[in-house]
Amino acid sequence: MALNRDFVGRTYPPSAPYEVSRVKIREFAAAIGDNNPLYRDQEAARAAGYPDVIAPPTFPIVFSLQSGGEALVDPDLGLNFAMVVHGEQRFEYVRPVCAGDELVMTATITDIRSAGRNELLTLRSDVRTVQGEPVCVTYNTIVERGGAA
Amino acid sequence: MSAVVKYDEIEVGQEIPAVDYTVRRVDLVMYAGASGDFNQIHWNERFAKMVGLPDVIAHGMYTMAQAGRFVTDWAGDPGAVVDFGVRFSSMVVVPDDDRGATISVSGVVEEKLEDKRVVVGLTAKSGDTRVLSKARAVVQLA
Repeated sequence: MALNRDFVGRTYPPSAPYEVSRVKIREFAAAIGDNNPLYRDQEAARAAGYPDVIAPPTFPIVFSLQSGGEALVDPDLGLNFAMVVHGEQRFEYVRPVCAGDELVMTATITDIRSAGRNELLTLRSDVRTVQGEPVCVTYNTIVERGGAA
Repeated sequence: MSAVVKYDEIEVGQEIPAVDYTVRRVDLVMYAGASGDFNQIHWNERFAKMVGLPDVIAHGMYTMAQAGRFVTDWAGDPGAVVDFGVRFSSMVVVPDDDRGATISVSGVVEEKLEDKRVVVGLTAKSGDTRVLSKARAVVQLA
């Protein structure tokens, strides 16, 4: 079923603050098999000029849908979740995510389009600290296979 | 807070040698837990086949993470990556055995930008299939 184009341009309320912990960063780094000491060792991170351990570049995927995620399960959108795969992903970084950050996400649906038999939806999420400092912007494009058929 | 690779020593066209990364079912289970993405296509073979997939497939973000690791290991500082984007062009099928699948990542410096930044184009393959397209990272060099 085609996705409801009325959702394009919708902005969702800011998420509750997401607290970035050293433990979660270490768990994520272990899951991707990355042994970089900057993800685990506070001393190494401080020696490299960071206030605490930093997170791998793809870590923001953990919290990037905390705002706007409800749109994807909104029956009015018409998304069949069983047919969803990840189409594209992009991160623009102001600085790396760091343990101790309290982050707030604000999401906007920037695009819905058809590509062949598939439906594509892009959700942009602006990630800032609770103090308002911009940290990164994420763009998550999902594909509903066969949605446009 | 700075890369080890020096901008002045890099030329457009310079290749970054391929590195192979293994992905087994257990890696997908760990990634599901760590990322919070519990979509069954990444761990349930019965469900994956029911929705028309050949088998369990890796999270696209697992593949992107390996491409990210390739870039950060090259740059020497994960904080040097200022922009990172990919398109997931094909699936990484992960069989239920001890060998799993292999994701081979390589790179080439495509462009030198201002402020000591470079564009690294990335290729990720599983077998002969390109699993990422339009994969590029902008890296702040020393």
